[in-house]
Amino acid sequence: MVQAIVFLPLLGAILAGLIALFGAHARNPSGDELDHHGGHGHGAHAHASDKINEDASVIHESHHDDAHDDHGHGPTEPPAAGSRAAELITTGLLFVSAALSWMTLVDVGFMHHDYRIQLLPWIFSGDLQVWWTLRVDTLTAVMLVVVTTVSSLVHLYSIGYMDEDPNRPRFFGYLSLFTFAMLMLVTADNLVQLFFGWEGVGLASYLLIGFWYQKPSANAAAIKAFVVNRVGDFGFALGIFAVFMLVGSTDFETIFHAAPGLTGKTINFLGWHADALTLTCLLLFMGAMGKSAQFLLHTWLPDAMEGPTPVSALIHAATMVTAGVFMVARLSPLFELAPNAQAVVMFFGATTAFFAATIGLVQNDIKRIVAYSTCSQLGYMFVAMGAGAYSVGMFHLFTHAFFKALLFLGSGSVIYAMHHEQDIRNMGGLWKKIPYTYAVMVVGTLALTGFPLTAGYFSKDAIIESAYASHNPFAVYGFLMTIIAAGLTSFYSWRLIFKTFHGEPHDEHHYDAAHEAPLWILIPIGVLAVGSFVAGLPFKELFAGHGVEEFFRESVKMNPHIIEEMHHIPQTIAFLPTVMMVLGFLVSYLFYIRRPYLPVELANTQPMLYQFLLNKWYFDELYDVIFVRPAKWIGYQLWKKGDGFIIDGFGPDGVSARVLDVTRNVVKIQTGYLYHYAFAMLIGAAGLITWFMFGFGGQ
Amino acid sequence: MTTWPILSVTTFLPLVGALIVYLSRGDDEAARRNSRWIALWTTLITFAVSVILVMRFDPSNPDFQFVEKANWLATGITYHMGVDGISLPLVILTTAVMPFCIVASWKAITNRVREYMMAFLILETLMIGTFSALDLVLFYLFFEGGLIPMFLIIGVWGGPRRVYASFKFFLYTLLGSVLMLLAIMALYWNGGTTDIPTLMHTAVPRSLQTWAWLAFFASFAVKMPMWPVHTWLPDAHVEAPTAGSVVLAAILLKMGGYGFLRFSLPMFPLASHDFAPLVFTLSAIAIIYTSLVALMQEDMKKLIAYSSVAHMGFVTMGIFAGTMQGVAGGVFQMISHGIVSGALFLCVGVVYDRLHTREIAAYGGLVNRMPLYAMTFMVFTMANVGLPGTSGFVGEFMTLLGTFKVSIPTAFFASFGVILSAAYALWLYRKVVFGALVKPQLASMKDLTLRECVILFPMIALTILFGVYPKPVLDMSAASVQQLVNNYNTAVTAVKAAALLQ
Repeated sequence: MVQAIVFLPLLGAILAGLIALFGAHARNPSGDELDHHGGHGHGAHAHASDKINEDASVIHESHHDDAHDDHGHGPTEPPAAGSRAAELITTGLLFVSAALSWMTLVDVGFMHHDYRIQLLPWIFSGDLQVWWTLRVDTLTAVMLVVVTTVSSLVHLYSIGYMDEDPNRPRFFGYLSLFTFAMLMLVTADNLVQLFFGWEGVGLASYLLIGFWYQKPSANAAAIKAFVVNRVGDFGFALGIFAVFMLVGSTDFETIFHAAPGLTGKTINFLGWHADALTLTCLLLFMGAMGKSAQFLLHTWLPDAMEGPTPVSALIHAATMVTAGVFMVARLSPLFELAPNAQAVVMFFGATTAFFAATIGLVQNDIKRIVAYSTCSQLGYMFVAMGAGAYSVGMFHLFTHAFFKALLFLGSGSVIYAMHHEQDIRNMGGLWKKIPYTYAVMVVGTLALTGFPLTAGYFSKDAIIESAYASHNPFAVYGFLMTIIAAGLTSFYSWRLIFKTFHGEPHDEHHYDAAHEAPLWILIPIGVLAVGSFVAGLPFKELFAGHGVEEFFRESVKMNPHIIEEMHHIPQTIAFLPTVMMVLGFLVSYLFYIRRPYLPVELANTQPMLYQFLLNKWYFDELYDVIFVRPAKWIGYQLWKKGDGFIIDGFGPDGVSARVLDVTRNVVKIQTGYLYHYAFAMLIGAAGLITWFMFGFGGQ
Repeated sequence: MTTWPILSVTTFLPLVGALIVYLSRGDDEAARRNSRWIALWTTLITFAVSVILVMRFDPSNPDFQFVEKANWLATGITYHMGVDGISLPLVILTTAVMPFCIVASWKAITNRVREYMMAFLILETLMIGTFSALDLVLFYLFFEGGLIPMFLIIGVWGGPRRVYASFKFFLYTLLGSVLMLLAIMALYWNGGTTDIPTLMHTAVPRSLQTWAWLAFFASFAVKMPMWPVHTWLPDAHVEAPTAGSVVLAAILLKMGGYGFLRFSLPMFPLASHDFAPLVFTLSAIAIIYTSLVALMQEDMKKLIAYSSVAHMGFVTMGIFAGTMQGVAGGVFQMISHGIVSGALFLCVGVVYDRLHTREIAAYGGLVNRMPLYAMTFMVFTMANVGLPGTSGFVGEFMTLLGTFKVSIPTAFFASFGVILSAAYALWLYRKVVFGALVKPQLASMKDLTLRECVILFPMIALTILFGVYPKPVLDMSAASVQQLVNNYNTAVTAVKAAALLQ
């Protein structure tokens, strides 16, 4: 069963990939013809010029659309053959996989049947023994459900959303490939397979962000996502090496078993005698920061919105970005033993929660607002991780997957309705045109802001409570930041709703043409809207109540007191998030419904702050100045000066030049004049005689 | 077990092929075609014979197998051949890559085809000989002999600056080799033999170890190539014809790593231990330095050449870590890099054959016209980046893992290669393959031909197979590597213990 869950998406990916390749190959024949009849190329020439014209039109089209368009292709290209087959195969397989996942959750979570299936030996060398293994415990089962459910809904949604795109088989192949990699990640039984999934989702994310490869901005965003993630992976890899050095294995069981014995050990890391466990956890957390777009390594996530909207929902909201949270939960037996590392986790989580929310306040691209919101919510999850309340963080991961995927897919529906318009300043009053989308977006917003009885209400409040209750050095900081961020979240979420759906339409042309999306799109968002309610209350006890022990068992190692202490915090504190939520709503209502001129005035009176937020705290600019440009400059200097001037200059070129100099001078001596030679002989003979008479010869 | 000298047959079959090509005279189209086919069949049969080697090879035996010994020059200098788990993978790599090289040159080479094919076949003999020679003099002969055909391949069939490049290549490598010859003589006077297995068990005095190590190092470091003696490589690659680049990257570069494993570590363990920090430093510098340089390249081949230097940095680092994972990872990385970088050069060759330029700026948006090519290039780009699931990851991961135990700073700095390789490889891919197809000269580009698919698809299969299931290669070398590592560590600890007693 578990094998089926994991490998059905791979099968779908391969089939869709083959369909895509064959289709593309049929449209762009190989050079065989050219190769054999290279001589008579008249036909080919005419053909070529045809192609050029065609291309020019395609390019023109895409340039025209680029400004706000989600779709990079012009309509001239016909859809790939077999598109529908690829869609149905991948989607169907994913739904099977999702159904099996729910069964597994019941089996593992309630029946207590854990799985551990060894598939194939992978890297075997000396004491390094890495297997391909599928491990399913409750933590994994929860992730399986999240991944396959959201992924199958996104597949379904994409059938409608991508209906104009000519490269659908490729798109669905990538989506399924991503799902496979994500499933390998969550079912990993050792750090190396976790790393495989980790990088695999990175690859899929890279391919999907750059799906519209004709758009330069999409390509840039794809590379940025991959490289920034690699910065995190750099730490992750070092963390794996450190674990292997300490424990001699990469298997989770062995590591967890050996972890208590590692307390007090130190590693000399670049002259710093670090506590072994703290260092290891910090290195591994660096990987989590990259993947989950935490403060300092977050810059790729907003840019990743260049990808198609279903991708943003699946990868950059519900699943891949939560991999970091999952990793920390998976390694909770290590983190629990390294309180300093937990402090760092909480610090970064809290900072991200606040910082991303501030940026979200002023953004105007509908997807970017949701992206920063995701970033901020991921920060929440890390706060719970830092507090040692791993199941609580997982709870928020679980609920967030539903309502954030809903918000993204809902935004996609808006974008679809508005003919690929993404700027909320050009929207307004849409609720009359697309009431269904409006309704589900409001549901998503309620859940995100933590409206009572929605899914987000339970999970988010539990995180804030856990931050308050924890004994982490940054507990107070974490509590304050998450509380403030709760208010900010409410503000920007309602701002999005108000600017998009209420008020006056700002673009009559698009407004008039706006229409509700097809069923392919409406069904998944309906399901997710239901999920945004249902994922909360029924699961509360399992994730954040007294059922945690029973449900999660050995799969996470909780801080032993945190759940108990969470239940004994003052009533006022427990009420505070709801107050902040209402406050955010009221301010937003005031700003965008009652007094729409206020935000503009505020922006004008505080231009510095506004620009600072609008430009995302200037992180992109900062990184460009301190990393990208120096790297390029150094690279250039090393190439021209290092290789060209120093090594070659003093090495081969220099030596050969000196040899040439010497020979040139030697050549000059050979004048060919007899009297020169005679003179030289005379001098030489005289010298020799002198030498023999007074020097050596005299003895 | 063997009734016929299978190793010698593998080694000298290509030479026989070269002879046949030589005998089929003529310079018309038919003669060219003949020489192509003869060369292809020779390499294929050689590969088939080498497969027998694999089948009969006993991976649990760490010693040399298929040993052949005959009197040759003087006492102590014999014709001695044999392979163990370290050299056999490299022999197979050689025989496997050669048919691809011949096919890759099928259309690209039109002048002096006979001579070209002969040069390649002779080169194959010399390369296999290098990996299977068990006598220092014999090794030296093969090792240095390989220079000549390569020098000719670059110098005759190369690009515009081929003469400069071929001389640079020749002088660089020859200079290192001269020192190695001196060291070989010194070893002969010390041990009275040039027999490698005997020398491996002969204790070499400490002072001689140091000098001999340095002399060997001079030769292998150039071959590898290590920083700062790497500058011949980008020039050689850029000027060499496609198949020449492939052989250079896939096999000739591995001779340095093989030399370290065969000579430096087992014969001079103490000196290796003493000089390990030097090698670590140079490797880490190589990885970061050349990755940064690769970031700024304007020529596709140069970029890949610089990335080769960085990847070879992982190999040297892993080998001198002296741990099981480090050394085994080094061997694996050599095989993997042989496939991946060879394939990358073939990918460059594909577009070079169509447009006759390697300038990155001349391309862009190829995916619109060449979907198969885009897919192929993507696989190898990812393998170059070291994505798990491709063979590139296994080698990088193991070498880093093995080194971390010995020297954390080295592993730390070398890991920066992980970030930088992603940057340059994806940048190259984006500039060449992604984007809109705006350049008119690219509009008539055609996708991979059947011939090109035949070359590239097996390599994709191998890249992914070894990424998911590297066991065949790892198992083949495990016993020999284990023995090597054990001997090395025993020698080093013995000296350390002795030093403590004093």
